[in-house]
Amino acid sequence: MTTIAKYTLVELVNKIKSKEISAVDATNAYVERIQKSKKLNAFVTETLESALEQAKKADEINQKDGALSCAPIAVKDLFCTKNVQTTASSKILKNFIPTYESTVTSKLWDQGAFLLGKLNCDEFAMGSSNETSAYGNVINPYKNNNDDLVPGGSSGGCSSAVAADLTSATVGTDTGGSIRQPAAFTGIVGLKPTYGRCSRWGIVAFASSLDQAGPMTKDVADSALMLDVISGHDEKDSTSANVKKGEFLKNLNKDIKGLKVGIPKEYIVDNMPKAIQSLWDKGIELMKDSGAIIKNISLPHTKYALPTYYIVAPAEASSNLARYDGVKYGFRAPGKDLIEMYENTRAQGFGNEVKRRIMIGTYVLSSGYYDAYYLKAQQVRRLIKNDFDSVFNEVDTILTPTAPSSAFKIGDKTEDPISMYLNDVFTVPVNLAGLPAISLPGGLDETGLPLGLQLIGKSFDEQTVLNAAYALEEKIGFQSQVKDWWM
Amino acid sequence: MSINKETVKKISKLSRIASNEQFEDSMIKDLNSILTFVEQLNELNIKNIEPLSSVVEQKLFQREDVVKIMNEKKDVLKNSPHKNENYFVVPKVIE
Amino acid sequence: MTEKEFDYYLEGQTGKWEVIIGLEVHAQVTSNAKLFSSSSTKFGSDPNSQVSLVDAAMPGMLPVINKYCVEQAIKTGLGLKAKINNFSKFDRKNYFYADLPQGYQISQFKFPIVGEGKVILDMPYGTKEVGIERLHLEQDAGKSLHDQDPQNSFVDLNRSGVALMEIVGKPDLRSPEEVGQYVKKLRSIMRYLNTCDGNMDEGSLRADVNVSVRKVGSTELGTRCEIKNVNSIKFMQQAIEYEAKRQIEIIEQGGAINQETRLFDTKKMETRSMRSKEDAHDYRYFPDPDLLPLELDQDYVDTIKKSLPELPDEKKSRLMNDFGLSSYDASIIISDQEISTYYEEVAKNSDYKLAANWMIVELFGILNKENKEIKDSPVSAKNLSKLIIRYCYSTVIWHYMNPLTTWWYINWILIFIDEFKTLRNIRSSPSTFYIFTITDYIYVTYSNS
Repeated sequence: MTTIAKYTLVELVNKIKSKEISAVDATNAYVERIQKSKKLNAFVTETLESALEQAKKADEINQKDGALSCAPIAVKDLFCTKNVQTTASSKILKNFIPTYESTVTSKLWDQGAFLLGKLNCDEFAMGSSNETSAYGNVINPYKNNNDDLVPGGSSGGCSSAVAADLTSATVGTDTGGSIRQPAAFTGIVGLKPTYGRCSRWGIVAFASSLDQAGPMTKDVADSALMLDVISGHDEKDSTSANVKKGEFLKNLNKDIKGLKVGIPKEYIVDNMPKAIQSLWDKGIELMKDSGAIIKNISLPHTKYALPTYYIVAPAEASSNLARYDGVKYGFRAPGKDLIEMYENTRAQGFGNEVKRRIMIGTYVLSSGYYDAYYLKAQQVRRLIKNDFDSVFNEVDTILTPTAPSSAFKIGDKTEDPISMYLNDVFTVPVNLAGLPAISLPGGLDETGLPLGLQLIGKSFDEQTVLNAAYALEEKIGFQSQVKDWWM
Repeated sequence: MSINKETVKKISKLSRIASNEQFEDSMIKDLNSILTFVEQLNELNIKNIEPLSSVVEQKLFQREDVVKIMNEKKDVLKNSPHKNENYFVVPKVIE
Repeated sequence: MTEKEFDYYLEGQTGKWEVIIGLEVHAQVTSNAKLFSSSSTKFGSDPNSQVSLVDAAMPGMLPVINKYCVEQAIKTGLGLKAKINNFSKFDRKNYFYADLPQGYQISQFKFPIVGEGKVILDMPYGTKEVGIERLHLEQDAGKSLHDQDPQNSFVDLNRSGVALMEIVGKPDLRSPEEVGQYVKKLRSIMRYLNTCDGNMDEGSLRADVNVSVRKVGSTELGTRCEIKNVNSIKFMQQAIEYEAKRQIEIIEQGGAINQETRLFDTKKMETRSMRSKEDAHDYRYFPDPDLLPLELDQDYVDTIKKSLPELPDEKKSRLMNDFGLSSYDASIIISDQEISTYYEEVAKNSDYKLAANWMIVELFGILNKENKEIKDSPVSAKNLSKLIIRYCYSTVIWHYMNPLTTWWYINWILIFIDEFKTLRNIRSSPSTFYIFTITDYIYVTYSNS
């Protein structure tokens, strides 16, 4: 049983289709591991019985169609799943049961996958360590001595579950790095597609102009398969891009001879840990080995990306979260009149990080401050995008580290919001520019914790990003060091 | 531009989040720290730069004026914490 | 022709005062589905039965714009002789209220779909041009019922998300009468265009009324107060009178006017301050990140322009020039599209002026007495037309029987050559009309088609 859970998604689907493994055996492999892994706290809601039932039925009628035939998949608790509790890891949405299914998850089930459950995350996707969830912290399957480590965030439940083989693959969301950074912290692959590549319909909104759904998987080929399934134009989302669907798995290719890879000098930050710099250097060498051409490039406005993000994202969030008022769904606190009801509901229903971001977002949009903050941030965003547009005339992809450190101890950075925000320094510029980017495990640091390498691509050129990652992945030959210590 | 207690009270009111002494104190600290962090943007000369509100470069899709099969009232009201057969029920507004 | 002079001034203790009024009219767009969602806009349905996931602001829901609503806004803008903006954007107007499920309204702030225009009013003292500042599209809110329960309010989201056109007028109005004419004119234009049914009883048309006062002769504008959500012309007029007097009294006693939002209490017939709206002035507008800018090809706008029906002002000119109607008669005929359609059907085959006269005096007399609209007329346009022709013949015959008037002989001959041009000079006499009426009443009643 343990062996089944270690297969990659591509391997698993092939074995199910060829009847080497039954759907029930595949599902049971994950169910058993999930039941023994409560300590990791990766799940908010489990739908194990329902998954097993579906697997039984699929075996009975021999229904093995679809690109994800009978693959058991858990998804981030930000995707609205029909008749299954969806909380956004918040108290304010406790017991919310959507009567509708998000477009992205619909596509998974249409291709034959079964829902294992909803994965824990930072509340409303706001965080970089999965320490703001109303349902408790998620623990990283990697350990450092005896300390519990963060799995990264906001898709911490996702990264932990994939790394611990509690799901064959998953989908998370990435607004400032929430797929890539947790992937780096747990030694897995996380892809943020181009903004507009995947539909946002049915995903609990955080920052509308930045949010994007994406796969978190054991390897690059799995990522390509998942992207094939979840991408596509959706008329119900006005920001969904009307572009031709890719065939990412089919066209996955290790041959990157002549690929021009940019190395941005501004990503060399102060106090960059040695391990990160070595990792980056190693990545550069391996790309050269594969025949890629390395070019030094400049993205001059890189350092302004984080401050820009921490104006734009909270501003949009403050408006997107105004609907959580206790009237139509979710938690409601008592109040002597409507205003008091709102104030109590939101004060008690939201956690501190969410309240902090709503407050700052409200402030930067408020009368007298709009021009000084929000408008200015929008203008700087244009400059950041222009930087990328300009370098992509000279290079095909950009290679950087994913995060400025490996996974840290739980509780280490919760005192100061800014120190937490700095986790996103390498990932945030990509969201502001709306570009695709992938994180893959590049190696381990001196304490044995995984480190990630990030590849950034041109708009809608996920194929190049996947190919470059595919080539690099083979050269690196990363092996998971997860030891099941929690079972 | 720094945030004081009065500003925090005002923003709490605007965002409909009840505040108390403890909340206000922690917000003053955190919000000022964030504002200091974002002050860096003032180093840049952004005169005449067009603000970027969306990275999507396509025309707004417009749908046809057709009524689609709609939800049953019971589904609309289903998740509400306080409802009756026909309506969402909320405490009165004092006008 | 002596025209009345404008005379709406209020006498205060310190002299004559002038009232300055600007209206923000909210008109519900005539369409099948809502502005950003596909649920029905039908009025009067079972509560919460026309609510989509988007209307209820469920988590993860996104707006998709209704093409027809955009078209309706363009048509209305053209009807207001306004500039159609090829580039416009949607912004979020953020505030909290039970009937606003999203906690924000999708509206247009910086870049509205329609720019400056104008409306011409026919007043007893001449024509008056009222400037239009802009027109933009926005979502309507749901409805709260406050009188069903002592502790609680009930919320119905059927109306949430219906498309509204907000027409912002310049502060060019100077009297309750002008306000009445302005609203009637806007209503008429939109009914002609079929972009809004103008049904104030059903809430399809309502206005926020901005009122300020100043001493006659002063050129500065006073501080204004906004009276929100008035849904009948009569209430608007009453509210304006009360508010103007209230403001004058305050100023004359040495006080200052607070710029504030007020409600018109229709039972007490007075305006009063709306406390809860005080801190809602900071709407924190920002571009809605769920929508892209609305870009309209000039070709598209031109095609719409070509497809427009004749508008009231143009029709009035044509009735005066080609049909020889007086300005007064023409104004009445064009005041409603159904009336003008009826008139043109009648005038197709009969004397233009008689047709107008009979409609305005006789037919409307009957309809008003029975509280009916033109669509409920006991006489169809075709039959009224026949009536008039037969009347003319009868008149001629009657006068023919009076050998003392040679002029009628000539008319009798001319009738075969050119019936209508000459008949224009025939004046009716009561006795003729009555004879005619008796003989043809039965014909009309039983052959109405």
